Amino acid sequence: MSSALGPIDDAWRALSGVPDPEIPVLTVVDLGIVRSVEFSEGVGLSVGITPTYSGCPATAVIREHIATALRAAGFASVSVHEVLSPAWTTDWMSEEGRRKLQAYGMVPPPRPRSRRSDESADDAPPLCARCASRATERLSEFGSTPCKALYRCTSCLEPFERFKCI
Amino acid sequence: MNASSADAHAAYVLRIADTCLILGQRLGEWVGHAPAIEEDLGLANTALDLIGQARLLLSHAGEIEGRGRGEDTLAFLRAEHEYLNLALAEQPNGDFGRTLVRQLLIDAWQMEIYTSLSNSRDQRLAEIAAKAVKEVRYHLRYSSAWVVRLGDGTPESHTRAQRAVDELWPWTVELFAADSIDQAMQQAGVGPDLASLRTAWLASVDAVLAEATLRRPPDVAQQRWGKRGQHGEDLGHLLSEMQYLQRAYPGARW
Repeated sequence: MSSALGPIDDAWRALSGVPDPEIPVLTVVDLGIVRSVEFSEGVGLSVGITPTYSGCPATAVIREHIATALRAAGFASVSVHEVLSPAWTTDWMSEEGRRKLQAYGMVPPPRPRSRRSDESADDAPPLCARCASRATERLSEFGSTPCKALYRCTSCLEPFERFKCI
Repeated sequence: MNASSADAHAAYVLRIADTCLILGQRLGEWVGHAPAIEEDLGLANTALDLIGQARLLLSHAGEIEGRGRGEDTLAFLRAEHEYLNLALAEQPNGDFGRTLVRQLLIDAWQMEIYTSLSNSRDQRLAEIAAKAVKEVRYHLRYSSAWVVRLGDGTPESHTRAQRAVDELWPWTVELFAADSIDQAMQQAGVGPDLASLRTAWLASVDAVLAEATLRRPPDVAQQRWGKRGQHGEDLGHLLSEMQYLQRAYPGARW
């Protein structure tokens, strides 16, 4: 380990460079799926990640990318395990992640607020990702990956994607 | 836990897992065949969530069972009578409307069962259920919207949606019928009193049917115990497709 910051900081820095395979503008840290990073001499580095959606096919790829990035950062022994609880929701996405998504042209999930457990966070129509008009409509609650829904702006007529809220 | 109670526990989790797995496989049959690309995506995404839930639950059932069977062995290498899914889940897709009516009935059931299992004494099951309920809430909104649109649509779509409700309704009896395994798990604090879930389920299904101008059929006697391995011919055809690769090329990986 060459850094003066210590292995945990080094690991987080390496993790901040691992993109989500489906939305590469976001890192795994932005998404809020890294739950724990632990290091002990002899045992090595142990990282806990949580899946976004139970069936997201990217989860296996993300695991591999994380292990590869950490090995490249100098960790000889890396283990990545899954943590299910507390379940991931879009509230776990970082503020920076939300900004990056907006700049990418995709509507980020609303900021965490108190909501009833039976209430979805995306009941209100989003502002258009391109022209910020309020005149938008939902084309489909699902999209090309488990985390996307499709919308259209009736002002500028452009289609756009929204990060699916759960 | 002694051997027989571990077996009951494993069977209980398998029932929930297999219902996800078989319904997910059914929805997968729509890929490339749905009426519009958005619905193709909708059904495929729902299938993906269900298969994700099935994977977590199958692995958990395998661990409780303790005989070294993992998620793949359980998913691909069991015989027909060893699948413990609710019979409703294996009912053929029929037309798009029938698929969405089946989906509504199961989504509404999963909302109740997962909500209640998120307080299970089986901590892993509780974690899986707490995660799954967030996904099911999304599925339920989708299936409810479609059942309303089709029921309260054209005379043709209404007739077909009503026929689907009439034909599928008898299979819902099993959702709330408890056998000795359900009772043992209720006593152990693992699962809920199934019969008690019906009121909330019926309220949510009734609200959708009413808005869809669809009639709820009278209750009838239970047809079969899918969750005890009693299946119709349809499941065999589904399994022959689902298991083909692992049967033809045992242990294949990619």
